[in-house]
Amino acid sequence: MSDDNPYGKDPTGTFFNRVQSFEIGDYPNTELVHFPKSCLHCEEPPCVPVCPTGASYKREEDGIVLVDYDKCIGCKYCSWACPYGARELDEHQKVMKKCTLCVDRIYDEALPEAERKPACVLACPTNARLFGDVHDSESEVSVTIRESGGYQLMPEWGTQPANHYLPRRKTKIKIHEDELIRADNPLKKEGLKPKTVVDEATLDDVTSW
Amino acid sequence: MSTPKPIHDPIKQPDSERIEVKNTTCYMCACRCGIRVTLRDGEVRYIQGNPDHPLNKGIICAKGSSGIMKQYSPARLTKPLRRKPGADRGDSEFEEISWDEAFSIMEERMAKLRKTDPKQFAMFTGRDQMQAMTGLFAKQYGTPNYAAHGGFCSVNMAAGMIYTIGGSFWEFGGPDLERSKLFVMIGTAEDHHSNPLKMELSKFKRQGGKFISINPVRTGYSAIADEWIPIKPGTDAALLMALNHEIIRTGLYDRDFLIEYSNSAELVNMDDNSTEYGMFVRAEVPEEEGCFDPQNKLWWDRNTDKAIVADRAIDHDPYLLGEYALQDGTPVKTSFQLLHERLEKYTPEWAENITGIPAATIRRLAHEMGITARDEKIELPIAWTDVWGREHDTVTGNPVSFHAMRGLAAHSNGFHSIRALSILMSLLGTIDRPGGFRHKAPFPRPIPPCAKTPKGPEDVQPETPLNGMPLGWPADPDDLFVDDKGEPVRLDKAFSWEFPLSVHGMMHNAITNAWRGDPYTIDTLLIFMANMAWNSSMNTEQVRDMLNDKDDNGEYKIPYLIVCDAFQSEMVSYADLVLPDTTYLERHDVMSMLDRPISEYDGPVDSVRIPVLPPTGECKPFQEVLLELGTRLKLPAFVNEKGERKFRDYPDFVVNFETEPGSGIGFLSGWRGKGGEQFMKGEPNPNQWEMYEKNNCVFHYELPRSFQYMRNWNKGYLEWAQEHRLTRYAEPINIHIYSEVLQKFRMAAQGKSDGKQPPDHLRKRVETYFDPLPFYYEPLESQLTDKHKYPLNAVTQRPMAMYHSWDSQNAWLRQIHTYNYLYVNSATAKAEGIADGDWLWVESQWGKVRCLCRYSEALEPGTVWTWNAIGKASGAWNLEPNANESKQGFLLNHVISEELPAHDAGEHISNSDPVTGQAGWYDVRVRIYKVGDNEKPVTMPQFDPVKPAPGQPKRKSWLGFFAGGKKQ
Repeated sequence: MSDDNPYGKDPTGTFFNRVQSFEIGDYPNTELVHFPKSCLHCEEPPCVPVCPTGASYKREEDGIVLVDYDKCIGCKYCSWACPYGARELDEHQKVMKKCTLCVDRIYDEALPEAERKPACVLACPTNARLFGDVHDSESEVSVTIRESGGYQLMPEWGTQPANHYLPRRKTKIKIHEDELIRADNPLKKEGLKPKTVVDEATLDDVTSW
Repeated sequence: MSTPKPIHDPIKQPDSERIEVKNTTCYMCACRCGIRVTLRDGEVRYIQGNPDHPLNKGIICAKGSSGIMKQYSPARLTKPLRRKPGADRGDSEFEEISWDEAFSIMEERMAKLRKTDPKQFAMFTGRDQMQAMTGLFAKQYGTPNYAAHGGFCSVNMAAGMIYTIGGSFWEFGGPDLERSKLFVMIGTAEDHHSNPLKMELSKFKRQGGKFISINPVRTGYSAIADEWIPIKPGTDAALLMALNHEIIRTGLYDRDFLIEYSNSAELVNMDDNSTEYGMFVRAEVPEEEGCFDPQNKLWWDRNTDKAIVADRAIDHDPYLLGEYALQDGTPVKTSFQLLHERLEKYTPEWAENITGIPAATIRRLAHEMGITARDEKIELPIAWTDVWGREHDTVTGNPVSFHAMRGLAAHSNGFHSIRALSILMSLLGTIDRPGGFRHKAPFPRPIPPCAKTPKGPEDVQPETPLNGMPLGWPADPDDLFVDDKGEPVRLDKAFSWEFPLSVHGMMHNAITNAWRGDPYTIDTLLIFMANMAWNSSMNTEQVRDMLNDKDDNGEYKIPYLIVCDAFQSEMVSYADLVLPDTTYLERHDVMSMLDRPISEYDGPVDSVRIPVLPPTGECKPFQEVLLELGTRLKLPAFVNEKGERKFRDYPDFVVNFETEPGSGIGFLSGWRGKGGEQFMKGEPNPNQWEMYEKNNCVFHYELPRSFQYMRNWNKGYLEWAQEHRLTRYAEPINIHIYSEVLQKFRMAAQGKSDGKQPPDHLRKRVETYFDPLPFYYEPLESQLTDKHKYPLNAVTQRPMAMYHSWDSQNAWLRQIHTYNYLYVNSATAKAEGIADGDWLWVESQWGKVRCLCRYSEALEPGTVWTWNAIGKASGAWNLEPNANESKQGFLLNHVISEELPAHDAGEHISNSDPVTGQAGWYDVRVRIYKVGDNEKPVTMPQFDPVKPAPGQPKRKSWLGFFAGGKKQ
């Protein structure tokens, strides 16, 4: 993958997974979103039928969408067809590049099984990325998509992306007023009430019956 | 027609015969994650996280995986260089010299200074991870003028917490997110412990914890916060004091914890006329000398209604609040009573006006914290014994945790903000308990820790090691490093009455002080990986002038400048002598227990770097430079009795150096003893490096579970720590809600004590800021600024993809951040007629910078901010002179001053916290306005382009990298 002007003005390069950061809402009700945008490995990838040379293809066995660089002529039709902006031209090799789902890693039996995952999944500090078979309804990814409200991007395009996104989770704490008033409030132990004076007259002293 | 060359095959797996995989430790930031470096034919192809490393467990960030582009960066220095005769500093006119020449130059100069006045040699280092060795070198040389970056980073965090709870965030402790239910992050965007913290945060959120972020800006970690509470910069203490107020008012504090484990219930002398005023009343038991709290204070017994010795070993039931009279009539109050009285005025309503946070929100926050701590208690079935001999069946935890860093620290009121935070954490009963704050070895330590600096000019003698540690922890005024007039001995004025607890030194004033000759001039300044001519200095433009300034005789005011760096930073062009350092992939390093190890909550951990590549060109690790210099100068630690070389090289030094002959304590704690059978303490092991290499470059000792909590008071742990020489004493480390240490300085300032006295012009200052209880005051610079003219606060943050100035040279990372904007709340910008993407001026009373505006909604409207250190001087770091970093990128440092405006404490007082000397980076006040119609669309100030130095690799016009195999 190439990097142009790596040390000069306006450096650019080919990325597999750009992360777009943007704000939502008006101050102070603002969210900040970091949105990763790799190839979604669609079930119906629009980048495949538009390819005039057959370089852009979807694998039968696992659904991974790949480019055969030796067939690619760099015409960019696929990048125009992709509604997600997932493909980038390598300006030096003049071929289209995209996320390969680390196809070379995930089947590499020389690696321990736990490491046969795409590099982005292994790298992610918050384990925000999960990897697995969406066609297996009991896989971790299918269960998560089902139970945590996973969704596809721009379903109206009919691309049926294999990659799903998960919504944000919010935790709130509800405080009931009476939780602030408790019998065991430690302030009670401090004898904060004024002490009674013992040497002044009382009714005891003056009442004889 | 020739057959086209086959292109890389994405399906083909790497060619294993040419591949080598090596483990080491990352250094793309200060996290110190374990990495696996894959080399093909001896070249780095890719870098992954090491799944077997305790810190990052396989994960890696953008910086870490881009380490390859640091290794092959054209910014690298590869040869020792000398400024050409006749060339000015800053011109970047260098000639190559040999290492032999470089060493001869340094040896001659430094030997002469050591014979006459070792103070004349000063050494300041940046974000290095070898302070154990640099500090040792300075001490052996005999100069007091040594510090690392801590003083301009987060010393307030270290000092504020260590002087209160005996431990601190990041290396020495942190939030136990595994068990926490509520996590509050204050003033932290992206920081040094970022990967481990991100891992923990995601687990925490998945477990259903609530994450609240309090910060003027919503960036970094705050993106995933459940609630963002914008706050005005520098007002954290106001918020924290109001939270403390509300928690005490509603009785949401952990009474038992405070009585048992802090000085809350202990009685303070309130007799105005006594020399003991403000000090704890102590029983007349023979006092043991040592850096620990003698357990001889008094408290007021609820049953007998009189004062008794606060002895936790016997049944007791003292009052937490109250004022009483001792038998001799001495009025006393509990320290909690004093806190309670202090907090009276700090109501949520009062704080609302200062912080910009609604009183109702502050109240709700206090209730959420207090109720979660009280009602979601954790009981772990772990039996332990406390230091008073009481046995406990369980370890209890109150699952509210905090993390804070520079947002609190980098203000001139940060020390007291952080004391207030430490007190909040203590009120909630969360110190070294599950779900709260947890220590990491070698902490907890006594309050304050034992290490002390020298105490006067007599401790600095020619040809003699310094009589004391270069940095230490003053416990009272007599520990200050001052002469008989109370004036500083150190160049940076650390440990003087201006900044008594400046425990990390004050590097940010070293150049200005040396240039002005206040307190004195020096001869030679050695700077290691600190970019003092750019982002590491406040007042950058003038500091550059100072570095280049000459006296009436045409001599430089700072006569000799040595710079050691792996890269051509802006500082390099000012050097008289340049020493090319190695990258982290080419060197041995230790993350030592003597410095800042990578310990986990469950026990001590230290780690190493082991080279995966040979040094490039003539690069030499800085440690080897120090070792060679130390040997040539015959500094005692580096030579034998005959004055001959003691250590072959740095790895040999690490294995064989002992803190004292036969102490068994060295740089690495793992696999000590001849055969590696011991840890922490033991004879040198000749195979220690190999053992680290076999074990993922890490030594991790997991403490028995009963030693993992309550370590300030855990008998088992304290005795273990003492036996393994982590600590000198196995005495309890009670929390200092009320700080007698601070009161001692105040008493001196009031002339009420016998020891060292401040100069008269500083008496008021010391009296004011050495308050034994935290208080809120407006940051000093704000107090001295026309806030109508400069209505906004300006702060900086570090982006996730870059670490300080290190990464603009990185071909991959600079594609993420090529230049920076000034982020302005859209309403604030519109009020000034500034559109999104416009050029604007940001101006303080010190200077102004032209930069680009970006609207933001994730920003408190009275604050503007930018990413730190993406802006570069033209041509520096071997970027092309027209690179975006120098044309659109900018450095906010130009509008920040290293000194305050003249005021009653003095004319040239550092812009720092008056207690700790922490640089007040985030105190600056600014205004913004649109640029004139005819102004050029380029950032200002501009500097003449820096030329590449001899030996720097050529910049390539494009790069092509792939990691897999080629098609056959």
